[in-house]
Amino acid sequence: MAGKRALGAWTALVYLFLYAPIVVVIVYAFNGGRQVLNWGGFSTKWFGAALDDPTITEPFTNSLLVAAGNAVIACVLGTALALALPRMRPWLRLPLDALVYMTLVTPEIVFGISALIFFVQAGNWLGLGSILGLKTILIAHVVFNASVVALIVRARFVGMGQTLEEASYDLGAGRVATFRQVTLPALAPAVLAGGLLAFTFSFDDFITSFFVSGAGSTTLPLRIFSSLRFGVSPIINAAAVMILAVTLAAVVLAYLVLRRSEQGRRRATPVPGL
Amino acid sequence: MSAETDVELRGVTKRFEDVVAVDGLDLTIRRGEFLSLLGPSGCGKTTTLRLIAGFEQPDEGELLIGGRDVAGLPPYKRDVNTVFQSYALFPHMTVLDNVAYGLKQRGLRGAKREQKAREALELVRLPQLAVRKPRQLSGGQQQRVALARALVMEPRVLLLDEPLGALDLKVRKELQIELKRIQSQVGITFVYVTHDQEEALAMSDRVVVMNVGRIEQLGSPREVYDAPATRFVADFIGDTNFIERDGATFAVRPERISISRNGAAGLGGEVVTAMVVGPAMQCLVRTDDGQEVLVRQQRQGLDEDDAPREGERVVLTWAEDAALPLTTYPTGGTG
Repeated sequence: MAGKRALGAWTALVYLFLYAPIVVVIVYAFNGGRQVLNWGGFSTKWFGAALDDPTITEPFTNSLLVAAGNAVIACVLGTALALALPRMRPWLRLPLDALVYMTLVTPEIVFGISALIFFVQAGNWLGLGSILGLKTILIAHVVFNASVVALIVRARFVGMGQTLEEASYDLGAGRVATFRQVTLPALAPAVLAGGLLAFTFSFDDFITSFFVSGAGSTTLPLRIFSSLRFGVSPIINAAAVMILAVTLAAVVLAYLVLRRSEQGRRRATPVPGL
Repeated sequence: MSAETDVELRGVTKRFEDVVAVDGLDLTIRRGEFLSLLGPSGCGKTTTLRLIAGFEQPDEGELLIGGRDVAGLPPYKRDVNTVFQSYALFPHMTVLDNVAYGLKQRGLRGAKREQKAREALELVRLPQLAVRKPRQLSGGQQQRVALARALVMEPRVLLLDEPLGALDLKVRKELQIELKRIQSQVGITFVYVTHDQEEALAMSDRVVVMNVGRIEQLGSPREVYDAPATRFVADFIGDTNFIERDGATFAVRPERISISRNGAAGLGGEVVTAMVVGPAMQCLVRTDDGQEVLVRQQRQGLDEDDAPREGERVVLTWAEDAALPLTTYPTGGTG
């Protein structure tokens, strides 16, 4: 009994350690006082202030744009990759497979530096000078997130088997017609879930964005980081809570989409008759 | 090629890396017949079906459908349709859209398309389920929908790849009868792959028994059962005793052996086990020369109190035409 209680207490401590900082930020985002750590009553005024402050709203818009664009491009590239990989011959598939996983396990700081060097070199070589900006952030995010989408879609594609596509060919549909009418609709939940995850990964990304952003191309996480130099203002707490809300919403949505399609596949409610 | 032939395979060979799945197969499928490809797993029956469907291309030989060489033709350009073991219904479409899918690819539109799809659903007796999604259907219902989806195309040949393999025994029996009814109603040639010999014998006009990529025997169910051409066929189809006598091996069906307590000319032995298996009484007899022989008697008309008991001495006899001498058989198969 005592052991069980100790274990429970330990678990509580771990969760406290993990989530207490986040809870503090959320709670103090609703702080009515001017000082960050002096509670001055409940208020939502800092959210209003944050949404009125162009140095917050502009990076917020940037983040949304980059995250959304990244999600769309990553979905297209990742899905194409997921469909191509299983059909390749091993000598081509294995190295490409390795590359997909590499982008996921490479330390982000290494990837950030590499991306920065690449973009600076590319800018010079093309004679464009500095090309750093929202576009480079977008490209760097797509590299990582296309792999995320590819892994999710591929799991679904492999689980689906070839038979659905064969049935479509058998009924007279060519390759394009089959892709449009059978393969893509069957994979849609996985593509959507992958896209939502890609959105969250991009929306709250800091390290990669930090390296490849240019002047005037600030995303919300970068904006929050830079404001720390002047001390945390309650306005930053409110901005952080908004990031959290957008990210959580996307993750929960992705989870629900995947779970619902899984259930649909498993559930078989026989109808009387046979 | 005569007008009565729907599919012809001439020396068709298919290899997967170093495994020969189909080995120089010659086969002529007649118009309107119910032909089963029967054999153990890995015998090449499914590969043969997939070659006809166009999912695989032969490495050697010719394949003709309706007299036309279909080499290199993809499945969507062949006048055949397939029913898969896993049903392969499109999960995101209703039952009606599934059935209408092939017609849509043909460019059939609107009311005409829907009417044909509904007729096909009536053929498989599921018109009331048109608006459901496949996941709301039982396995048996899903397979009926898959059947309607293929039949609505009015193909020259319908290919069925173990269509009842994933179903319960009871549903399977019902659908066997249903398939037979539908086939005689529409008159389309059925090529039916199964590993279930009972199913093949019950439903087919002709049975192709396959083993390691070759045909062991092609014949009517009765021929295949009563006159197995090879030891493999004798062993695979039904139960068979292989009895050594006078230096030769004979294949004898258990139900063709008579068992009695006394009798001079016969194979003497002792009952090892005696059990009731549904409508039959089954005895395993160890003969005096050490062979084990299975004997099966119908219980109807049998005095069960007087039936042989375990440990009793008995004599086994059989009619001369019940014993097929195996020495005359060509050496094919594993057996």
